[in-house]
Amino acid sequence: MSEGPVNSPEIRRLARVLEPGYNYASVTDKIASIVLTRPVSLGWLAGFSVSFTVLMVLLGSIAWLIVKGVGIWGINIPIGWGFAIVNFVWWIGIGHAGTLISAILFLLNQQWRTSINRFAEAMTLFAVACAAVFPGIHVGRPWMAFYMFPYPSTMGVWPQFRSPLIWDVFAVSTYGTVSALFWFVGLIPDLATLRDRATNKPAQIIYGMLAMGWRGSARHWHRYQSAYLLLAGLATPLVLSVHTVVSFDFAVGIVPGWHTTIFPPYFVAGAIYSGFAMVLTIAIPLRKAYGLQDFITMRHLENMAKVMLATGLIVAYGYFMEFFLALYSGNKFDMYLVDQRLHGPYSGYYFALILCNIITPQLLWFQKVRTNVAALFVMSLVINLGMWLERFVIVVISLTRDFVPGAWGRYQATFWDYSTFIGTMGLFVSLLFLFVRGLPAISIAEMRELVAHKSEGDE
Amino acid sequence: MSTEPRNTLYGVLGEFDSADALMAAARKIREAGYQCFDAFAPFPIPGLSEACGLHYGLKGWRHNFVPQLALLGGFGGGLTGFFFQYWVNVYAYPLNVAGRPLNSWPAFIPVTFELTVLGASTFAVFGMLALNLLPQPHHPLFTVPRFKRASNDGFFVCIEATDAKFNLAADAKFLESIGAKFVTEVRDED
Repeated sequence: MSEGPVNSPEIRRLARVLEPGYNYASVTDKIASIVLTRPVSLGWLAGFSVSFTVLMVLLGSIAWLIVKGVGIWGINIPIGWGFAIVNFVWWIGIGHAGTLISAILFLLNQQWRTSINRFAEAMTLFAVACAAVFPGIHVGRPWMAFYMFPYPSTMGVWPQFRSPLIWDVFAVSTYGTVSALFWFVGLIPDLATLRDRATNKPAQIIYGMLAMGWRGSARHWHRYQSAYLLLAGLATPLVLSVHTVVSFDFAVGIVPGWHTTIFPPYFVAGAIYSGFAMVLTIAIPLRKAYGLQDFITMRHLENMAKVMLATGLIVAYGYFMEFFLALYSGNKFDMYLVDQRLHGPYSGYYFALILCNIITPQLLWFQKVRTNVAALFVMSLVINLGMWLERFVIVVISLTRDFVPGAWGRYQATFWDYSTFIGTMGLFVSLLFLFVRGLPAISIAEMRELVAHKSEGDE
Repeated sequence: MSTEPRNTLYGVLGEFDSADALMAAARKIREAGYQCFDAFAPFPIPGLSEACGLHYGLKGWRHNFVPQLALLGGFGGGLTGFFFQYWVNVYAYPLNVAGRPLNSWPAFIPVTFELTVLGASTFAVFGMLALNLLPQPHHPLFTVPRFKRASNDGFFVCIEATDAKFNLAADAKFLESIGAKFVTEVRDED
């Protein structure tokens, strides 16, 4: 960097991805101690109890669903696709930021990804798990969920491979598998660190088995890096394909408001948008609770805010194009749908969506807002809500207002819809609580690389 | 399984101060003519395996074969994906959907793509583990307490007893002469 305001101390402080004064051992100590030596805090216990209780709400709701059937939900004809698909798309989208951070930013050599990629990948896995709950239970007979997969049944029936719904099964299960592999490969060297530092026998045995005898040999690292780079390269088109396929679930149908070519790119942008919001929702309390401000710095938060701003604008463009294409097409069903979004019974949801997803995030243009932790946290919650509303608007308004007035209807979510949805948040947060206690939330090996890089670059 | 406790010499281990010292040491060991040795570091050091002159298996190949395996897995997954759908739609369960051809190949592309990625990823990961001979619960190096630092802040080189030039006393001296601050023999024992 040259002279001038770019090099002012304030800018340099904001640009740091790692605060100064760390060496290999202190990085290891700080991150590994959260798992190995730090006693279980009251805060953790309280947080885990609350989220575990909410998880029990999910299990209760599913149990009641199995007893009574999907009639306990608000779905009807014509809205056969209520909360289950809204929540499914929302959760899958949240997962996308994890893959974006771990794969795309890795390929682009973005150093600031290092301290956030591990828990962002964990978030991906847990979000996919929450998403997978919905296709599993939405037919009301979860023990029949295997019908979704092609298998040689005695009835001689096979899935319809011309349908996006079966593409979705393959996309989401591949996504879940590859995300898990990516996460695990990244964890292997850190599991070896935990194995070597653990002082009690059970921890040594468990981490020892998971580390599989990793010893950091130059040969091992060489192959490891090849595999990691390949996974990053493979996960990049994969993550783009997953939400594209999810959007095909809608776009391939002829329902007004769904049948548009803007859907795939705007779903992917929306997914990354909500995912980064969720990463912030998790990162801000995490760095506070475990004193990780030196690793997850202002630079990280600000960069994530910038990604949210950019993807938010793409999403705004998507909303604009939806309207423009509907009006430009002259198709009266599409035009009527625009009218229904603005003036129909669900217009309140639509305006709340615009407020959450388009208007509020414009505050991110100001650096004061991007570097204000509390403001970012609130913003991330607002965007999460907004993205959920987006899926609600897409699903419900189109299905309640398709071609003939005789097929119009209304949709009202029930208590069990909400309890199932909130219950999956319990699943998500419980898994996150277990994750931060059981595994290093920041990649120790990559932080050491960063230390090595810094010590040769700064002098 | 033999009942005799194992106690064979595995090699001689030296610890170095930093990543740069490790690189320099690896280069010197190779230049001194050793073949069977390995370097250990708590994070990947660019160029370390080249400095060691490592080869990765049969006949001195410099490749590590992970990319080739991934390519194989990708082809396998993609071809399986496509022809499975072809078989289902054309032979096993032919359905006439609005007069479209049974082999509606454009509709088969998403699943073909997903299985290509799945095949390549699983081959890359499990291939990497298999080529690294992992999982390997026991290794002689784990008997050296100080080697625990290889996963924290320690940089090690181990000259293995299988090397033609191996001589415990002379090699220990050699490691010290190139800057190892801690040198020990490694025994494979139960």
